[in-house]
Amino acid sequence: MKPVLTIALAGNPNAGKTTLYNHLTGARQHVGNYPGVTVEHKEGYCLRRGQEIRVVDLPGTYSLTAYSAEELVARDFIINERPDMVVNVVDASNLERNLYLSCQFLELGVPLVIALNMIDVAEKRGVTINAEELGDRLGVPVIPIIARSGKGVGKLLDAVLAAATADIRPQPVFLQYGSDIDQALTDMTPDLTACASLTAIYPHRWLGVKLLENDEQIVHKIMETHPEAGKQLTARCETVSHHLQDTLGVYPEAVIADHRYGYIKSILLQGVVTRKFVADRLYTSDKIDKVVTHRILGPLIMAGILYCLYTFTFSYSSLPVEWLSKFFALISKGVDTLLPDGPLKSMIISGVVDGVGGVFGFVPIIMFMFFGIAVLEDSGYLARVAFMMDRIFHFFGLHGSSVMPFIISGGIAGGCAVPGVMATRTLRSPKERLATLLTVPFMNCGAKLPILTLLIGAFFSDHQARYMFLSTLVAWLIALCAAKLLRLTVLKGASTPFVMELPPYRFPTLKGLLIHTWERTWQYMKKAGTVILGISILVWAMMTYPGLPDAQVSRYASLRQEAQRTMAADGAELRKALEKIKADEAREKLHHSIGGQIGVALERVSRYAGIDWRTNIALIGGLAAKEVIVSTLGTAYSLGGIDAKENSSLQERLNRDPHWNPVVALAVLAFIMFYSPCSVTVICIARESGSWKWAAFSILFNTLFAFALAVAIYQIGILLYPR
Amino acid sequence: MATVNLRNMAINQSGTIVAVKVGGELGRRIREMGLVPGTEITIKQRAPLNDPVALRVMDGTLTLRNNEADYIEVDVSS
Repeated sequence: MKPVLTIALAGNPNAGKTTLYNHLTGARQHVGNYPGVTVEHKEGYCLRRGQEIRVVDLPGTYSLTAYSAEELVARDFIINERPDMVVNVVDASNLERNLYLSCQFLELGVPLVIALNMIDVAEKRGVTINAEELGDRLGVPVIPIIARSGKGVGKLLDAVLAAATADIRPQPVFLQYGSDIDQALTDMTPDLTACASLTAIYPHRWLGVKLLENDEQIVHKIMETHPEAGKQLTARCETVSHHLQDTLGVYPEAVIADHRYGYIKSILLQGVVTRKFVADRLYTSDKIDKVVTHRILGPLIMAGILYCLYTFTFSYSSLPVEWLSKFFALISKGVDTLLPDGPLKSMIISGVVDGVGGVFGFVPIIMFMFFGIAVLEDSGYLARVAFMMDRIFHFFGLHGSSVMPFIISGGIAGGCAVPGVMATRTLRSPKERLATLLTVPFMNCGAKLPILTLLIGAFFSDHQARYMFLSTLVAWLIALCAAKLLRLTVLKGASTPFVMELPPYRFPTLKGLLIHTWERTWQYMKKAGTVILGISILVWAMMTYPGLPDAQVSRYASLRQEAQRTMAADGAELRKALEKIKADEAREKLHHSIGGQIGVALERVSRYAGIDWRTNIALIGGLAAKEVIVSTLGTAYSLGGIDAKENSSLQERLNRDPHWNPVVALAVLAFIMFYSPCSVTVICIARESGSWKWAAFSILFNTLFAFALAVAIYQIGILLYPR
Repeated sequence: MATVNLRNMAINQSGTIVAVKVGGELGRRIREMGLVPGTEITIKQRAPLNDPVALRVMDGTLTLRNNEADYIEVDVSS
């Protein structure tokens, strides 16, 4: 026997695969991504009778076609990595549909053990399954288990060990697909035999079936390695396809699917499944759904639940967030007293501590959010939300499941795009998912609120509430329209079918929830933590270097001395004068820095939107984190570093400034709402989309879009209200 | 035999699938979820805006958009 046995867990989504996986591996698991795709690769280890077992959790699939990344990953793993055993987790309460996947494993001829999960649920519905009988008919061991409680899992592992030690590579099951297809498969044999390099990996008949199903990956492989035989084979498939469509009006793949179900039905009919009571079974789930997805009650309940999730995430996490910020302030203070003044100290405080603090400040929010989502997802409610909202989101080229990321990102003002982007993981359709994660940063996140409040307070104070509410509505509208625009252009393509399962409601297990939450939070900290540190130091350097020329430094020094000489040593007047000098120096330093120079240079373009160099600098700072905008603006208006919450002085200052007026304010507001996402969000977009290309796209697309909007507002504004 | 389009079925109406006339990805998705000829289905619920529709197939509940249901023909005579 091998020192480490590899088993792969496969099965339908919602069949309890992850529950079994968590039960087997506990906390000893490793999560990563399969190269090139954003499908999670999870593996862990467990021990049974002294044998170490490596457990790989394959993505949940209904079939083994080449249509989705998940299915390809699962199929390629099983075929290329040849795990010692495939453990197919099957939902006993929905046996017939679940066996469709098992049937495909049998056709592929992989070493298989079936874990018949949730037998307790099936029993409750009056369904008894004779596992031994089923195993005999399928020709593979079938072990009844309850993954939630761990009942039967030991027996399952024993069966896996026994089957693995027997070490007989099973033969692919010979399934009949009806006379037309069977004949075609026989005719294809000589050409298939010619494809020696592929038949070494795949069973003959399976290759033929895949060709008839028009499986992209297999067709491509055959054409690449054996173009001659490939041409013959595809020609034959086309003939069969035409023949079937002419005579029966169906596609070959439909005939093959029908026969698979036929095979399953024939097995289940012969005393494997007994139903004690059939009647009109109104299951608990159906009863709940009658209310929860009710035409009027449904949306109301949904609004309530989403609001609760929102409150839970953002209110309850505020306490730990505060602790963290206090903790980082303490570190800043420590560094401040320990180190002498100078660039190193400034870099550690403004670059390192603020940057890392910024990332970790999100951690409690992300943990709470993922916990909340895990509850909704594991209980089965998320699928109902998608069901109810799909009509609206489908109109904008999105998917019903896009709702959650939008809400979290700031659908109710004050969210955060970072967990929002990460929440797009629940979407299984790639195009809709990408469109969602590129547009959620348009929502009004919590970090944009201080600057929105500031500008609205300064120029539209009479209608503050109305403008705030309006900005949320505008954000929704723009985000949805932008999604539609993306789906009509760069993400063009038919929408992914909404053929989706509404899983029965289940109580989530605490262990599952905690593992879920932790692994996602950890991934965020690992990725964001490292990159953000670099960006944060970069932004700090841009705002600091080059320092003021010596002449200026000495001028401020002499001004200080002058003030100290002329005014009373402990008077309030002196303190005020010194503060004024310090603020002026900071402003001039900022103006002189690289960031300041870029801001000035950008004025040539930004003036079309009425934005001056001071605001430009603040906006550049906002690339790192939107919270920075208000404080940088404060420095640029020589008010010193001001607190984002107490911005009344800046508000007054802007109100008096001749450059500012309501039109400028509106243009700046629009720009801030929609321009490039903050660096943490950008990194999350890169990670979640699997490519930096999309991250760069979101920076450019959003900024250009926001600028166009701001220019339009400013130009129309000054036309209507000339100064 | 009274055959209707799945889109036109009423809530709580049952029937047996006669044909699924679509290929490609949608066809495969529909079939792998158990919507094949001979399968009994019952319409369970419609979303608040009437689309999508939820139906009981075998022992599970599935959802479909109306334009996807268009390809499925159901015999409702029994």
